[in-house]
Amino acid sequence: MSALAHVPTGQSTGAKPPPAARRGRYRALPYLLLLPGGGWLLLFFALPLLQLAAASLYDPGGSLATGYAMTWAFGNYPDALAAYWPHFLRSFGYAGLALVLALLMGYPLAYAIAQKAGRWKNLLLVCVVAPMFTSFLVRTLAWKTILSDNGWVVGLLRDVHLLGPDGRLLATPFAVVLGLTYNFLPFLVLPLYASLERLDPRLLEAASDLYASPVRAFRRVTLPLSMPGLVAGTLLFFIPASGDYINAELLGTPNEYMIGNVIDSAFLVRLDYPQGAALSFLLMAAILAVVFGYLRRAGTEDVL
Amino acid sequence: MARFWRWVADRWVMGVALLVLGYLSLPILVVAGLSFNRPSSRLSYDFHEFTLDNWRNPCATSDMCDAVVRSVQIGFIATVVSTVLGTLMAFALVRHRFRGRAGINVLIFLPMATPELVMGTSLLALFVAAGVPQGFWTIVIAHVMFCVSFVVVTVKARLAGMDSRLEEAAMDLYASEWQTFRRITLPLVLPGIVAAALLAFSLSFDDFIITNFNAGTTVTFPMYVWGAAQRGIPPQVNVIGTAMFVIALLLVLGSTLRGRRARRAALPVAAPGAAKRP
Repeated sequence: MSALAHVPTGQSTGAKPPPAARRGRYRALPYLLLLPGGGWLLLFFALPLLQLAAASLYDPGGSLATGYAMTWAFGNYPDALAAYWPHFLRSFGYAGLALVLALLMGYPLAYAIAQKAGRWKNLLLVCVVAPMFTSFLVRTLAWKTILSDNGWVVGLLRDVHLLGPDGRLLATPFAVVLGLTYNFLPFLVLPLYASLERLDPRLLEAASDLYASPVRAFRRVTLPLSMPGLVAGTLLFFIPASGDYINAELLGTPNEYMIGNVIDSAFLVRLDYPQGAALSFLLMAAILAVVFGYLRRAGTEDVL
Repeated sequence: MARFWRWVADRWVMGVALLVLGYLSLPILVVAGLSFNRPSSRLSYDFHEFTLDNWRNPCATSDMCDAVVRSVQIGFIATVVSTVLGTLMAFALVRHRFRGRAGINVLIFLPMATPELVMGTSLLALFVAAGVPQGFWTIVIAHVMFCVSFVVVTVKARLAGMDSRLEEAAMDLYASEWQTFRRITLPLVLPGIVAAALLAFSLSFDDFIITNFNAGTTVTFPMYVWGAAQRGIPPQVNVIGTAMFVIALLLVLGSTLRGRRARRAALPVAAPGAAKRP
């Protein structure tokens, strides 16, 4: 209160104009503050995308050694798609399957931490992000040990005849999907947690007082109220998962290769820049299409 | 029986949650275990024999330690640059009204929504087209690029939650703008800046995909692991993995405890019962 009372005196002495007016003096200041960071992003994020777009239209007959000619070769796109459409399908199939698994695991986890954990909340949250404290690649390689043919997981599954006597987990689509689920699960859980944390438990009590079954209360109260977190988490999971190629490379075989593996080898092994660039743009376009399609559905339609 | 089912209904969510946490923690336990392993062969990923040798000389494969040092150097430079650039942008966005704000927000948001693969290949295309040789500094450029957005978002959250009346009070008490910034604003925003810097460092240190396209022949730690995965992983990789985990965990626990103590110190008269729930 005393600070408020003080303002008029300060003004009346005319020593200094109030802060709000002072701030308006520097019209250029926000632009100066934005210039270095914004410039960096324009130069090293936006400009490269334009360069990649150009590279995707280069003459496919050229090579890195002789240089590429710009021939507006739009044919690169259908050619790349014709050659690698199975990899695209696999990428989105694996990422979608991993997303379903991650939702089945991540929703109860986020809900339990947000609503049921009490004073253990912070500890459990640390446990969710703890995997990210160590290297992504080292963790993925650990799955090689866990799923190994001599490991106890495979042994157990063989003993209960869920796997044949020489059935394996490693180097199968299952291993790749499991790895994707594992690697990106925290990105799904954290936004979901943030949404569910704000859910007022009294709403669920009210629903049950009005004779809603737990399932109905979940569908009509919990799920709609967690939609923002669910949408954000799904996107944060799906975008990196569909572009990933590390899990397919380390836990799968060339039969499980995703589009990322193809792009990686186009740029770093085969040195076919036009094709690699075209595939990169196709990947981005496909992801954007899926994302916007999903956002429109999630935004306009009532869930269930 | 009905009581039993109610008991189950109350707790099954927690049960599932603990199972999922187990799934999330399993690889870390395996990494820690494998750091004490003497593998039977270079290409074997199975636990063979207990040993302390890996921890006694973690640098038995010297190129791995070179890679770790290089990753730390890159992470340090990328963190400093991206934290400064991102903090300036956050101040501009929270404290000023200006034209083109929506465009800037899109420019900051897009790098977080773009697949890493696309950012990596596009930078590669740019560097090749411009004839820039790839190596240490192209990695730094790439890392600053993808860290900036995360810094902006983190610092912005802290700035937006700040009580601007504190600064107004300082100015009313005839503090100059610089004094207000130095004595009031900066200390209040500092936790956000520190959090952003830690985030930037961990993003940079762990990045593989973007680095892989822009490294030339320079080898960072994740790139070393990637290469070694084909030739056989030395068990010392797991020592580094475990050490990283322990250091990060200690940092987080330390900051949580400090935060708790600071909060307690700020409320010296609070009754013991009041500390339970805010």
